[in-house]
Amino acid sequence: MNPPALSFQNQVAEQRTYLIRFARLQLRNDTWAEDCVSDTLLAALAKPQSFGNRSQLKTWLTGILKHKVLDTLRTRAREATLADDDGDGSAELDALVFKADGHFASAPTEWGNPEQELGSRQFMQMLESCVEKLPSSMGRIFLMREWLELSTDEICKELSLTSTNLFVQLHRARLRLRECVELNWLGTA
Amino acid sequence: MLLRRTCKETAALVIAREDRALSLADRVALRLHMAVCTTCPVFERQIAGMRQAFARWRKGDHDDPG
Repeated sequence: MNPPALSFQNQVAEQRTYLIRFARLQLRNDTWAEDCVSDTLLAALAKPQSFGNRSQLKTWLTGILKHKVLDTLRTRAREATLADDDGDGSAELDALVFKADGHFASAPTEWGNPEQELGSRQFMQMLESCVEKLPSSMGRIFLMREWLELSTDEICKELSLTSTNLFVQLHRARLRLRECVELNWLGTA
Repeated sequence: MLLRRTCKETAALVIAREDRALSLADRVALRLHMAVCTTCPVFERQIAGMRQAFARWRKGDHDDPG
């Protein structure tokens, strides 16, 4: 027997946990995240639609959420981008990854096939926990690029950042993520 | 030499390329370094791997149990 079809309301509510996770990761503030997700769910319930499957519903809700999140970042831009000072450990990281002569302190390792190992659930979870470990404003800026998929020009405009400042933040974020994956990914033989 | 880059400088270019276009001089220097270095190409594959992983991650497909 098929399970009874969930009402639209229930289907939407079911996605709450998923939406909260991304909102928290992007906003680094639980209250802002809860508010954005509540707004998203209300907006969705006001416009009931039918979806062939769960993944389409999720995509639709995520699209709404991204708009709400961007609005929050706009209004909170000042709080959201208080620059991490130079004590954010980036200089230390550089010294850890590279020797004084510019060579790698330890050679990068092969992580595996992008289609298989790097597409696995384990890799995604590990990557996400590495993103979570980025300092707050660095993490916000990085996810505006990688989750909200904004151009660097757009991010500068939204947050009133200079492009130099933005590139420095993105650079540090990517270097940290690489290091985090390198330390935590043991998936390849 | 003008186009000579250390691994550290090369790695910085590989990362920068994710967010901005490199100058012609940087592109040439990057290619020259990659041709003679055994370490940096691995770094480059890691960065490319992360890029692909993020493309999947933001779609959220891996979250669906069924």
